[in-house]
Amino acid sequence: MIAIRLALRNLIGAGLRTWLNVIVLSFAFVVIIWHKGLLDGWHNQARAETIRWETGGGQFWHEAYDPFDPFTLEESHAVLPEAMERLVSEGVLTPMLITQGTIYPSGRMLNILVRGIDPAQEIVAIPSGKLDTASDAIPALIGSSMAASSRLKKGDVVILRWRDSNGAFDAAEIEIAEVFRTAVPSVDGGQIWIPLERLRQMMLLPGEATLLVKGEEAALPAAIKGWVYKDLSSLLSELDDMIKTKTAGGSVLWAILLLLAMLAVFDTQVLSIFRRQKEIGTSIALGMTRMQVVGLFTVEGAMHSVLAAALGAVYGIPLLAFQAVRGLSFPVEGSDYGISLPDRIYPVYSLKLILTTVLIVFLMTTIVSYWPSRKIARMRPTDALRGKVQ
Amino acid sequence: MENNKIIDIQKLFKHFPMGTGKFTALNGIDLQFSKGEFTGVIGPSGSGKTTLLNIVGTLDTPSEGRVTVLGQSVGELGAKAAANLRKSKLGFVFQSYNLLNVHTVFENVEFPLLLLGIESGRRRKMVLDALEWVGLTSKIKSRPAQLSGGECQRVAIARAMVKKPEIVLADEPTANLDAANSHHIIQTMESLNREFSTTFIFATHDDKVISYVRRKIYLADGKLAKDEHIPAK
Repeated sequence: MIAIRLALRNLIGAGLRTWLNVIVLSFAFVVIIWHKGLLDGWHNQARAETIRWETGGGQFWHEAYDPFDPFTLEESHAVLPEAMERLVSEGVLTPMLITQGTIYPSGRMLNILVRGIDPAQEIVAIPSGKLDTASDAIPALIGSSMAASSRLKKGDVVILRWRDSNGAFDAAEIEIAEVFRTAVPSVDGGQIWIPLERLRQMMLLPGEATLLVKGEEAALPAAIKGWVYKDLSSLLSELDDMIKTKTAGGSVLWAILLLLAMLAVFDTQVLSIFRRQKEIGTSIALGMTRMQVVGLFTVEGAMHSVLAAALGAVYGIPLLAFQAVRGLSFPVEGSDYGISLPDRIYPVYSLKLILTTVLIVFLMTTIVSYWPSRKIARMRPTDALRGKVQ
Repeated sequence: MENNKIIDIQKLFKHFPMGTGKFTALNGIDLQFSKGEFTGVIGPSGSGKTTLLNIVGTLDTPSEGRVTVLGQSVGELGAKAAANLRKSKLGFVFQSYNLLNVHTVFENVEFPLLLLGIESGRRRKMVLDALEWVGLTSKIKSRPAQLSGGECQRVAIARAMVKKPEIVLADEPTANLDAANSHHIIQTMESLNREFSTTFIFATHDDKVISYVRRKIYLADGKLAKDEHIPAK
């Protein structure tokens, strides 16, 4: 208690020197929490959006399906077993058929993935209801990124060429029924969505599907032969890994920031111990042991982080709360980078994040405060009193 | 230890390493101090005055010989026991005051009482009493930078006396002061010595201080040159 009391007196008495350190440290606090909160917010939103638009609550894949190998698409489909058909009719699963195709917008040739989706499905957020039209042309949905790269817009008609299950090429006109906006690039770039039954007819694959998406709240169906169940941790592992990479990259930024703040505290401690030798000697003469003086200086240094946390709270809480409510917009489309980047990211500041940051900064400040203070333990009080320690 | 002997120094040597050899700062000193003494340790620079005070004040240890302060052998005291002795029984007054610059006058005087763990109300009364002894009750909120040299030294005396120690060790307390302030400081200490029977030991070569002390111990080259008791006037 005495150490805290004396340390607080010394810190306040030191004036500008203290406040400069406290300001730098508080800035480190706020930036670290902001940055981590932004990544956490992005992660949460990206996961939620990917679940909403693509993965649902999990997926059954045809055992031959490999999304990274388009050559397997010809074999990765099968007629749905009876158990699956029942779940589809109950709305627990929605089937999708995937094949390759080519479109020719404005005379250019674009290789694409054609995805068949049930217009009545409500499991993923693809606006499949827009496919339920009476038009002669095959209705198709595309994402805004695909629309930009193919220069197609709602109402445009374009030739689609595909190869059916017998290997025969065929072509038909498709009409863009809707252009949807999504933050999930894996349902957008290089893809068109058409009605499932039309695709089955085109491919001569009646009743077949490549994968089935499960509703978010639906219970996990029993294992079905020939189909592999992919849970969310498996489906989102790529996204999780990418966020981890971003977090690690961001950690470098805040490690540098923290290092600068720690250097400031370390420098202040070294200077303090050099300049305050007489004070150290006097404290020992008045009855403190050298280790008590080491403790006093360590507490004094560590209290920079306590004051910084308090100062950081004063301007950080309103600032971060404002950002959490208003979100942060980015000038680029996430799909341009192949990552799920919503229009606005809403940072999430969990209690765990705040407490962990405060604890890490406090511990680091204590360590860099203790490090130079150890010198006091080796000081001869008589030399310290004369200010003779180099 | 005799009844009123509070410091007993026997065959004290203190050596400091110097290059490949050693420098002998104290060379076989034998001395005793009684309770309530007002003593000057006198000698030129380098005669060993400060070293003697440092050893008596448990800030340093003898190289040879034995120094007993209030029944405790300085050479055998551990760091904690020595700190406890300084904290409760010894007071220090330094040539350059050694006040804590960021603390107020009140806080400077309060410091030894905080270390003793005295509770707040009693602490406040003791600090105000001590500042009254030195005539500085009007400056309790001032910081050392706002005080004159004489006032700073009076704060240092209040800090040394606030816990009513058995012994006050004052190392050249008037070296940085003008004549008027020097007399004032010595008179203050003399009155405290008489009122509380506190033993005062000065390291000094200031004639103004020497004129007040009742015992003069002369050191030369680390040796006891003369030990002179002044008869009471």
